[in-house]
Amino acid sequence: MEGSVNLQLSAKSVGVFEAFYNSVKPIQVINSTIEMVKPGKLPSGKTEIPFEFPLHMKGNKVLYETYHGVFVNIQYTLRCDMRRSLLAKDLTKTCEFIVHSAPQKGKLMPSPVDFTITPETLQNVKERASLPKFLIKGHLNSTNCIITQPLTGELVVENAEAAVKSIELQLVRVETCGCAEGYARDATEIQNIQIADGDVCRNLPIPIYMVFPRLFTCPTLETTNFKVEFEVNVVVLLHDDHLITENFPLKLCRV
Amino acid sequence: MVTFLKHAKSRNYTSEFELCRQEAVPVEFGEYHPLKPITVTESKTKKMGRKGSTSSTSSSSSSSMIDPLSSVLDGTDPLSLFAATADPVTTAATTDSTRKKRDKDDILAVGSDFEPWSSKRGEILARYTTTEKLSINLYMGSEKGKATTPGSAVSEKVRTRLEELDDLEEGSQKELLNLTQQDYMNRIEDLNQSLKDAWASDQKVKALKIVIQCSKLLSDTTVIQFYPSKFVLITDILDTFGKLVYERISSMCMDNRGSLPDNFTPESVNDTAKETCLNWFFKIASIRELVPRFYVEAAILKCNKFLSKTGISECLPRLTSMIRGVGDPLVAVYARAYLCRVGMEVAPHLKENLNKNFFDCLLTFKQMHGDTVQNQLVVQRVEIPLYLTLYSPAIDWILQCIAYRAPEILLTEMMERCKKLGNNALLLNSVMSAFRAEFIAARSMDFIGMIKECDESGFPKHLLFRSLGLNLAMADPPECDRLQILNEAWKVITKLKNPQDYINCAEVWVEYTCRHFTKREVNTVLADVIKHMTPDRAFEDAYPQLQSIIQKVVTYFHDFSVLFSVEKFLPFLDMFQKESVRVEVCKCIMEAFIKYQQEATKDPVILNALLHVCKTMHDSVNALTLEDEKRILASLINGFIKMVSFGRDFEQQLSFYVEARSMFCNLEPVLVQLIHSVNQLAMETRKLMKGSHSRKTAAFVRACVAFCFITIPSLTSIFARLNLYLNSGQVALANQCLSQADAFFKAAVSLVPEVPKMINIDGKMRPSEPFLLEFLCNFFSTLLIVPDHPEQGVLFLVRGLLNVIQDYTWEDNSDDKVRIYTNVLHLLSAMTQETYIYHIDKVDSNDTLYGGDSKFLTEINKLCETVIAQILDHLKTLGQEETLKRQSQLALYFFNSILAHGDLRNNKLNQLSVNLWNLAQKHGFADTKTTVKTLEYIKRQSKQPEMSHFTELALRLPLQSRT
Repeated sequence: MEGSVNLQLSAKSVGVFEAFYNSVKPIQVINSTIEMVKPGKLPSGKTEIPFEFPLHMKGNKVLYETYHGVFVNIQYTLRCDMRRSLLAKDLTKTCEFIVHSAPQKGKLMPSPVDFTITPETLQNVKERASLPKFLIKGHLNSTNCIITQPLTGELVVENAEAAVKSIELQLVRVETCGCAEGYARDATEIQNIQIADGDVCRNLPIPIYMVFPRLFTCPTLETTNFKVEFEVNVVVLLHDDHLITENFPLKLCRV
Repeated sequence: MVTFLKHAKSRNYTSEFELCRQEAVPVEFGEYHPLKPITVTESKTKKMGRKGSTSSTSSSSSSSMIDPLSSVLDGTDPLSLFAATADPVTTAATTDSTRKKRDKDDILAVGSDFEPWSSKRGEILARYTTTEKLSINLYMGSEKGKATTPGSAVSEKVRTRLEELDDLEEGSQKELLNLTQQDYMNRIEDLNQSLKDAWASDQKVKALKIVIQCSKLLSDTTVIQFYPSKFVLITDILDTFGKLVYERISSMCMDNRGSLPDNFTPESVNDTAKETCLNWFFKIASIRELVPRFYVEAAILKCNKFLSKTGISECLPRLTSMIRGVGDPLVAVYARAYLCRVGMEVAPHLKENLNKNFFDCLLTFKQMHGDTVQNQLVVQRVEIPLYLTLYSPAIDWILQCIAYRAPEILLTEMMERCKKLGNNALLLNSVMSAFRAEFIAARSMDFIGMIKECDESGFPKHLLFRSLGLNLAMADPPECDRLQILNEAWKVITKLKNPQDYINCAEVWVEYTCRHFTKREVNTVLADVIKHMTPDRAFEDAYPQLQSIIQKVVTYFHDFSVLFSVEKFLPFLDMFQKESVRVEVCKCIMEAFIKYQQEATKDPVILNALLHVCKTMHDSVNALTLEDEKRILASLINGFIKMVSFGRDFEQQLSFYVEARSMFCNLEPVLVQLIHSVNQLAMETRKLMKGSHSRKTAAFVRACVAFCFITIPSLTSIFARLNLYLNSGQVALANQCLSQADAFFKAAVSLVPEVPKMINIDGKMRPSEPFLLEFLCNFFSTLLIVPDHPEQGVLFLVRGLLNVIQDYTWEDNSDDKVRIYTNVLHLLSAMTQETYIYHIDKVDSNDTLYGGDSKFLTEINKLCETVIAQILDHLKTLGQEETLKRQSQLALYFFNSILAHGDLRNNKLNQLSVNLWNLAQKHGFADTKTTVKTLEYIKRQSKQPEMSHFTELALRLPLQSRT
């Protein structure tokens, strides 16, 4: 049994070559071997051999949840080797298993967020004057999310001069890797869910609803070497190709 | 060959009759009998063929004129009655169980009174069509035959999946442009098939992809007038997918305990199944686009049952609010319709969700007139009224789901909501088509008011009136409002300019008019229709509607004298100028007449009109007309002819028949009917005169007979002619027209040689001999009482017939000829009796004419000898190995005849019978059972007085023991 955290530096933050060569050494969090059967012969036919492993961490390491990201990968595998006599090759089989940490104790405090988007609230706009007028209000029921429960909320287009083309929820992971030269922080999209298609009815609340994908999300993680955080963007696409984004950091946990 | 005298046994028919007769068994009143309408007393006789059978057959046919077929149309079809009362026990049991089931279903599922989607499907497909070119945009991987072999390793599977995904990302986009509607539908059908194939070959990813791509098509509203049909086609695929997924997961739960029960709980679902199910939901939740995500999740809504009890009730509201994100109001409303459809199927008890859908839908109504929609319509060049009708199927469906078994209060509330929206015509129309007819009818004046207030430019008004009319045809409005409703509605309808709109509306309102008003109003309405449909021959495009108007009128006006006094009815019929339609309409009228006309009529108005109608039907017959069609037409005309009666004015009746004959000469069954009718008329006359004709009635009867005599030769069916000759001959005889009767019989005799070997019955060639045999036996029975012609020889007709039989080419391997000869012996034996078994009143048969004259008897005996010689000859020819069985049977048959009719005190005859007995048993082909019974019979008979010689006979008849 083996568990490790693989960190890779993004080409953006450190240069291509460095990223290629200088990838951070994997951090092994768990590694143990047991002998299942003593040398000897197996009877012919199907033989089932039961086994069990205690999940003992190496040193003072913590058992992280399985997570598959771009720059951070936390993976646990089981490998079974069968050594055979000289004439036959050894047999090996590997299999990934998934670790969910035990639910954290204590209640999650809901942290609702209200938001209003108008041309005035936007940052990094070049020509504010050319923007069509709009007023979009909404709220997220909580930015502290339970990973097994969907992200919920509501959004109302109260008015918009230009027709709405689409409204989307973009789930983004922010992975930070610490290394000798400092740290690299990268945000990449996990999934994009459309919640409105076409010019929606004004003043009619549209539900915000997104299920967190398994494997690609884990409870928000902060360690000395690396960080895995999540954010959601509410993206409103107008018909004249204006793209309005509102960002909300999320805190995921398992309760 | 010894020839010998045949000695007929002298018979005392009355005493024999007493002896044989069992008590007549009257059919009890409540008892079922297929021939019930005709009162029959059934007499059970021990031995068939013992006495003349003509008497019993004529008794049953002499009853009233009711055609058993027309009585079928009356609804008292004996078969269906029989089926209905078939087995009270089982039916009671089944109804009981179904009721119990229904009670349960009330809570869990929708009953049969809920009009299912499948019935709407075809209607929508037929109504929303387009000539515009369509396109399908599919981002599908090319079909490289990627069926994974079952034994392939997991890695292989993963690789193919990845490849498929690659395909997806590379955007192997297939855009099919310029498809006609039919091509489009075929493509969709192909997709449906490839979905099933993919599923069957375990390519779940591909299947899901197909479904996603298909549902994506639903967010596309180009060629908007086709959208409803597109919805129908694509939701079919979704339904298929939903079913496949459900069945798959359900099959995963199938363990050693067998399959899941219908009402399983999530606890009984195993973990693998749950996991798979959950996987599906996760996969679907990550679909990027809104519309496909909604549709696919809705399609597998039922699978929530595997996960939790409350799954569906939690999912439905979420999906409902999800639709709010759909911007296009048309796409949104159809999405709602789909959700309601799935909801009704999976969880019909969750009503609030339906209401929520409807209210959400109302909230988005203003969008229809928003800029986005209007711009789109301008681009596609679609008019607003047409656009609005596109909504109807979806809103109708949603409202239908809501209105199903809904309390009155809810409906009233819905109405109020609609009113608040400023009497939106589209909604109003859907309300009228979805809510209970009684509900609408009770408020029809309100509705008319609301319809009037509707905006002219919006939803077409004639559709509103049509919907209202449909409701009123099903349920009655309050008595006091009825006339006002008609007036108000018709005021609007009559102003409709477009004939097609007009007729669609009028068609519906005719039913309301017929239902509640008299002929005066109906006449006005018909006149108005004529006025609208005549210009520019507009009626040519509206035959189905006009036809349905006629149908409605005739269903409500059962009294045809009233119907034909509606002045505009016949002018209305004149609008049907295409022959096929015209004939259809005529058929419909005649069917109604036969169904509803209770008693015979002589009303000149009805007769004239219906003769005209029948003539139209008759004239449509040509060389290409199918046999079935001819049969239908003929039976309709026959039904009419039977309903015509001038009471005691027989002359007029006959002249009607003459007229009918000239009119309907191309339909043979009608001619046959006419001959029967005329014969019946003659018999009626006789009955009226109590058997003795006056000079005038005698002349009339002769006229009837003459009618038959000249009509029969025009028929082509030979057996029809033979039977009619015989029948008419009997009638002539009964009416003391002796020479005419002779003429009929002679004609029949001379026709017999023309009988072909094979005849066509119901399109199949059959040998004619059984029919000929039957006819000849019948004929002989009649010939017994036909008196000899003074100028012809003794038994002229019998001899003539025998000659014909002699010359007729019989089948080589049949014994029918001998059977007939044996029957001739029965006749001859009956002829030698002092008094014949039956007579016709006022006709002296040969028994009185000759008075047992010895010359006459000798003639008969000579005939007997010839016939017996013929029979024995034939028996001899049957001596070969392969024909021995037939020989034995015939010998026994002949033996029985002698036993019954011959005087066995005569030695020679006695010897002959013993010889026959032995011949029958000689080769061991005789049926032992029959021979034993025959012997028993002889022994029993011998106990009677004057039958002592039978004892002796019995002793001489050895019984062959089985070897």
